[in-house]
Amino acid sequence: MAFKIKREGRRKLRKNKHLPPQEKLIQLALFLATWSSVAALAAVFGELLLGAFPAFTSIDIIDFFTGTVWNPSHPMYPLYGILPLFVGTLMVSFGAALIAIPIGLGCSIWLAELASPRVKAIFKPAIEVLAGIPSVIFGFFALVILSEWIAAVFDPVTKLNALNGAIMLAVMMVPIMVTVAEDAMNAVPRSLREASLALGATKWETIRHVVVPASISGVMAAIVLAFGRAVGETMTVLMATGNATLLHFDMLRSVQTMTAAIAIDFGEVEFGSEHYHVLFLVGLVLFVITFLINFLAVWITKRFKEDY
Amino acid sequence: MTTAIHTDDLHVYFEKNHALKGVTMDIGMNEVTSIIGPSGCGKSTFIRCINRMNDIIPGCSVKGAIMVDGADINDDDVDVVNVRRRIGMVFQKPNPFPKSIYENVAYGPRLHGVTETVDGKVRRRKHTKEELDGIVEHSLRRAALWDEVKDRLDKSGTSLSGGQQQRLCIARTLAVNPEIILFDEPCSALDPIATAKIEDLLVDLKKDYTVVIVTHSMQQAARISDKTAFFYLGDLIEMGDTKQIFERPQKELTEQYITGRMG
Amino acid sequence: MLNRRTTEMMVFTFFRGCAVLVVLALIVLVGYILTGGLERLSIEFLTEMPRRANTQGGILPAIVGTFYLMLIVLAISVPIGVMSAIYLQEYESSSVMGRVFRLAVYNLAGVPSIVYGLLGLGIFVAYLGLGFSLISAGLTLSIMTLPLMITSAREAIAAVPSTVREASYALGATKWQTIWHQVLPYALPGIFTGIILSVSRAAGETAPLMLTGVAMSLQRLPDSFFDSFMALPYHVFYMATQSSDLLATRPIQYATALVLLLLVLGMNLIAIVLRKRYRDKYRW
Ligand SMILES: Nc1ncnc2c1ncn2[C@@H]1O[C@H](COP(=O)(O)OP(=O)(O)O)[C@@H](O)[C@H]1O
Ligand SMILES: [Mg+2]
Repeated sequence: MAFKIKREGRRKLRKNKHLPPQEKLIQLALFLATWSSVAALAAVFGELLLGAFPAFTSIDIIDFFTGTVWNPSHPMYPLYGILPLFVGTLMVSFGAALIAIPIGLGCSIWLAELASPRVKAIFKPAIEVLAGIPSVIFGFFALVILSEWIAAVFDPVTKLNALNGAIMLAVMMVPIMVTVAEDAMNAVPRSLREASLALGATKWETIRHVVVPASISGVMAAIVLAFGRAVGETMTVLMATGNATLLHFDMLRSVQTMTAAIAIDFGEVEFGSEHYHVLFLVGLVLFVITFLINFLAVWITKRFKEDY
Repeated sequence: MTTAIHTDDLHVYFEKNHALKGVTMDIGMNEVTSIIGPSGCGKSTFIRCINRMNDIIPGCSVKGAIMVDGADINDDDVDVVNVRRRIGMVFQKPNPFPKSIYENVAYGPRLHGVTETVDGKVRRRKHTKEELDGIVEHSLRRAALWDEVKDRLDKSGTSLSGGQQQRLCIARTLAVNPEIILFDEPCSALDPIATAKIEDLLVDLKKDYTVVIVTHSMQQAARISDKTAFFYLGDLIEMGDTKQIFERPQKELTEQYITGRMG
Repeated sequence: MLNRRTTEMMVFTFFRGCAVLVVLALIVLVGYILTGGLERLSIEFLTEMPRRANTQGGILPAIVGTFYLMLIVLAISVPIGVMSAIYLQEYESSSVMGRVFRLAVYNLAGVPSIVYGLLGLGIFVAYLGLGFSLISAGLTLSIMTLPLMITSAREAIAAVPSTVREASYALGATKWQTIWHQVLPYALPGIFTGIILSVSRAAGETAPLMLTGVAMSLQRLPDSFFDSFMALPYHVFYMATQSSDLLATRPIQYATALVLLLLVLGMNLIAIVLRKRYRDKYRW
């Protein structure tokens, strides 16, 4: 009687051959819409490659990645070293992360574990509102107000500097972190907390030894995501950091990030020139970095996912 | 006995998991047939084959024939929508739509409309308001829910109690006028009083419908069903008159199960 | 070693401090823009053309430009985004294609807006010859908001419990009938929330506009989609960094920032309220 079936399991759903024609039409429309969005998004990457491609032949790629001078407007000997911009981006985003991580984590834990429902009902919308403020407003604030405060405290070399951008970016990172991290902590089942409390642990010990380890994937993903957003932010750093393109590591001096370089230089660049294509190359680098960061966040979430 | 459903060597796979291993079975018309067995033995999988609900599960494949009215409804050429219209299903957890009670019952008839023959031509049209009202009232009466809800038909279906919700789901199924109704542990989420109401209803329904019910309660199977089938690890072990299965089981496994010597 | 209770108290005080700090940051930020902007804000400011190189008059062209941009995003990104979300979630939920697309879309949501600007410049402005125009910028913003649009709509659709779908199928409904009558009505508030947030994101975005041809100053409103345009966020940037007399135009800068802030926060608040009411209403 043993009757074996060759084709075991198929991923595809069984198709219904009797769909009425209008239903097929709808499905076709949805399919086309999906392909147009995917095509549009693929175009982002394609256009970057196309735009950056001429740069590969006209400049030395090794020099591009190792060059310490970014001076693209020199009439005779333009120099396209991405390092000052890259370091500028890193200084500002790492600075921001250093500030945002403890505050963001503190906020998330407070929100997930300590806040009363009534306080939460006010606080969570506040976080969402903060996340919704356009970056140009943060940039404006950093330019006009925050830089004055920093000048008063640190007596910096230049009024618009890396620290100014880092602090402002930190304020933008916190809401992103809190939204994701708090969700992860909320997903930890109550029974785990109760088990720990029942063993005589204090609330803090429970948070530290049970809640945080159990939600660590979400918390790490939150940090990575927020960092990625900081790397890609344009307007805030453009307005806050002064845009000097010298390579240095001083938080109190002016820097220019990759994003800001693209935004500024396109104001003066000649269409189709070498400089134009190099800017696309910078854009490509930026795209790859942020895409990888996002991917890392997804990977972390999958890799360390706890199953309850 | 007339056969309403005949399955022939029915196999189901979830990816590599062989969940149903060749079930051949006859289900009688206008009878209540119970399916019992330990959890995970494939009871739900089996009845979900009968109205092709397994089609919507990715990675699930069904092999074998399911004959209803002389045709194999498991054939790829059969319109699955028609199958489900003729063979209704009530689920384990009451799942009324988050709409009004009226809309819950009217949903099915609205989808299908009225097919009528005028001057030799088959035409489809929408129900009139009166027709719909009639169907809703009739279905709710048939499901023994009318008296409890007739004054609040516009209230949300989710606002009812668990037992009422389940009867609403039955009324909703009756409204599309199926021939066969499948129940997948319909009482497992309900209290004893609500359970008793549903059981009475099932016995009453068999006058007009063929009823197949999966249950984890042997008492329930004994109380309401004409035939009982015992499943174990994806195999149909034994099937027969309910009285015979519970009093003189032929197979060792069946006996172990009904005497409680098995998990 | 510190007493366990004392440690706990100190740590919790730190957490509370963090929360207070964040709220404080919001209040200070909004407070400064509000107090700085109210001084200059008036009906004339909102309804007049700018004069004397933006140092006098109003910001009407910037308001109208941003409004047009939002309209373009609504017209393009919303239908395509919602349709893609339905397709990816309901029709390709288990296929490889579905999974690859979902992952790609999710990752593209993190690509910096300036990179989308490069796309707009390369394709719409140059290749398609649409020039530095409203339509180039609008299309760029539409593509930029697509990932957010698709992801949020998809999440709203995924949140509809599968028991509702099963119940509908079991009554003999087709796939589209099930989506149209059961899934979409209950995903709609969530989809709306996503739409509002996406459009408000587009309204506040500056960097892509800088590459697709936003104008510094215009004495007229755009008369077609191929015309050049002003936009609120760029106006804030331009006035704050490049205008002829930075200090003298500060009140204008603040007031423009305030108008933008009110516009975007207004939309965000609607989205928050909508989501809250939706959560309270539907519980399965
Ligand atoms: N959707 C599904 N995906 C994968 N495997 C499933 C699915 N549903 C059921 N199974 C498997 O099929 C077998 C039978 O399950 P089921 O029919 O639900 O059992 P019962 O209803 O008798 O408790 C089990 O081994 C179960 O793991
Ligand atoms: Mg079951």
